[in-house]
Amino acid sequence: MNRQNITLIYFGYFEKSFLEKLAGSLKQLFVLDVIIIEGRIDLTQFYDPGRRQYDGNKLLKHVDSLTSEKSLKILGLFSIDVFIPILTYIFGQAYLNGHSGIVSLYRLKNEMYGMKQDNNLLVDRFRKTCIHELGHAFGLIHCHNPTCVMRSSTYVEDIDQKNQFFCPKCRTDLGLNLYNG
Amino acid sequence: MTKKISILIVDDEESVRDSLYNWFIEDGYHVECAENAKKALIILESKNFDIILADLKMPGMDGLEMQRRIKSLNKDSIVIIMTAFASVESAVQALKDGAYDYVTKPFDPDDLSHLIRNATRQISLKSENEALKNKVISLENIEDLIGNSPAMIKVFKEVESVAQSNSSVIITGESGTGKELIAKAIHSNSLRKYFPMVSIHCGALTESLLESELFGHEKGAFTGAMYNRKGRFEMADGGTIFLDEIGTISTKMQIELLRVLETKCFMRVGGNKEIASDFRVICATNRDLKKMVENGTFREDLFYRLNVVNIIVPPLRERVEDIPVLVDYFIKKYCVSMSRNIVSINPSALKRIEEFEFPGNVRELENMIERAIVIGNGKEILLKDLPLGKEIVTSTVESLDDHEKTHIQMILNKYGWNISRSAKALKVDRVTLYNKIKKFALKPVE
Repeated sequence: MNRQNITLIYFGYFEKSFLEKLAGSLKQLFVLDVIIIEGRIDLTQFYDPGRRQYDGNKLLKHVDSLTSEKSLKILGLFSIDVFIPILTYIFGQAYLNGHSGIVSLYRLKNEMYGMKQDNNLLVDRFRKTCIHELGHAFGLIHCHNPTCVMRSSTYVEDIDQKNQFFCPKCRTDLGLNLYNG
Repeated sequence: MTKKISILIVDDEESVRDSLYNWFIEDGYHVECAENAKKALIILESKNFDIILADLKMPGMDGLEMQRRIKSLNKDSIVIIMTAFASVESAVQALKDGAYDYVTKPFDPDDLSHLIRNATRQISLKSENEALKNKVISLENIEDLIGNSPAMIKVFKEVESVAQSNSSVIITGESGTGKELIAKAIHSNSLRKYFPMVSIHCGALTESLLESELFGHEKGAFTGAMYNRKGRFEMADGGTIFLDEIGTISTKMQIELLRVLETKCFMRVGGNKEIASDFRVICATNRDLKKMVENGTFREDLFYRLNVVNIIVPPLRERVEDIPVLVDYFIKKYCVSMSRNIVSINPSALKRIEEFEFPGNVRELENMIERAIVIGNGKEILLKDLPLGKEIVTSTVESLDDHEKTHIQMILNKYGWNISRSAKALKVDRVTLYNKIKKFALKPVE
């Protein structure tokens, strides 16, 4: 069967218009259909009381298990604080050249850093992070081009400085990866 | 294509290995994992990794012990120790044992990126440095010593064995045998190769000038000393000083030189501040220094201080088998520098060269070949292009005039009838030379 869509599975509350805007951007960029599904999950099994955060590796594994024949790539969307054992926090992660990734709103919010809430900025950051993780799922590694969406970002300011688009090299590599399925 | 930086992750926790693996492959590194130190060491036996990221606390061998073993295999390997249980003692120990860094889990994402970026930068600087060093070595070896004869092979072996030490060397040989080239070869194969080799021709300078050249001088030390000036001993700090024609220095200079060699300290002419310099001494002479010691013209203590190793360079007539390869080398050298096609040499011309005594040794041979290329037909060096012809070996030269005529003709031919250079070689002025040319009806050889 021909897999031709990207599936967004959201866990927790997300505004419908927010998700639709995101889907629209992804569809335009990846030239693939994007479908949105609500996911249901007991988050307590992913919670680490020592870290007081949610285990990103376990979440990614879970999202990956939801892969279906209709989905080329799956992206799990969360609004919780996510970690992986080696890092204090992550914005998202994905299997390189795999089927799935996860992204969390939590650390993208201005309020986390004592700054004024900015929903437009949050939407922009979330979109870029989703594109970045999907890029990894499509086999792209981090890019040194400072404005490319595949540039590695450790702080929200890094995300703000890059575009939501791929640089020519990453676009070429992505095109090849998409063509090769 | 740039080689990927390779990282080995050693940690007993699977989640840590997986997380680091995913993190690093997204950055384009080549990553492998090992669940304990023993498995990591097995992997390292067959593969090299640029960076090893090792957990401190692991069952069996811990990260510190593993690091010590890794360093004993390859002292340049970059090992980063990571731990969730940081302590000052373990940090100090890790760094003392040569760890590149010691980091605490969990890392701030920016810290991890910086750490690996800095380690990567160090790796690329190191390989850049190695490449540049090799380039410098190849540039310094551009005037390679040429010789396949047993005599020269012996000299090369001596150079190889003496180069690595700090011992003083006296190179003995006739003029034009390549003593300075030997000195350069010793220097460029020594641990001092990245520091200067400073040369000075002791025979070309008066005693006072030699003193100033060697020790430097302070401003106003003598008339004309307008500025402070570093001497050759100072310039050679870390490197080598080559004293050519050491047998020509005065007794006073011998005493001063001995003191400097013993203490490695000196003062500039007119100065009162003691300066220390770490240099290696190589000397050259065409004189028999041992005989000079017996005659009392060279100090015995200085001789023994300098003559830790003596390398004797044979004259060209004692290594005739090297002549063809030297001729070939000089032909290529001068044809390239003159942007000409490489010429060949007529067999009879080469035979004549091999029979020649060469009082001026390799330098004379080089000059001869250069001249032959200049005046030759551009295709082949013939016997007539060489100043070894009949006018030198003729038996009819008896009178003083005959000798003078022959000699002037030879010098003019040697310098391609350049009047200025010929006059300088003959130690006469141009007018005198012109008069001699007229007197003896000398003409350029066709």
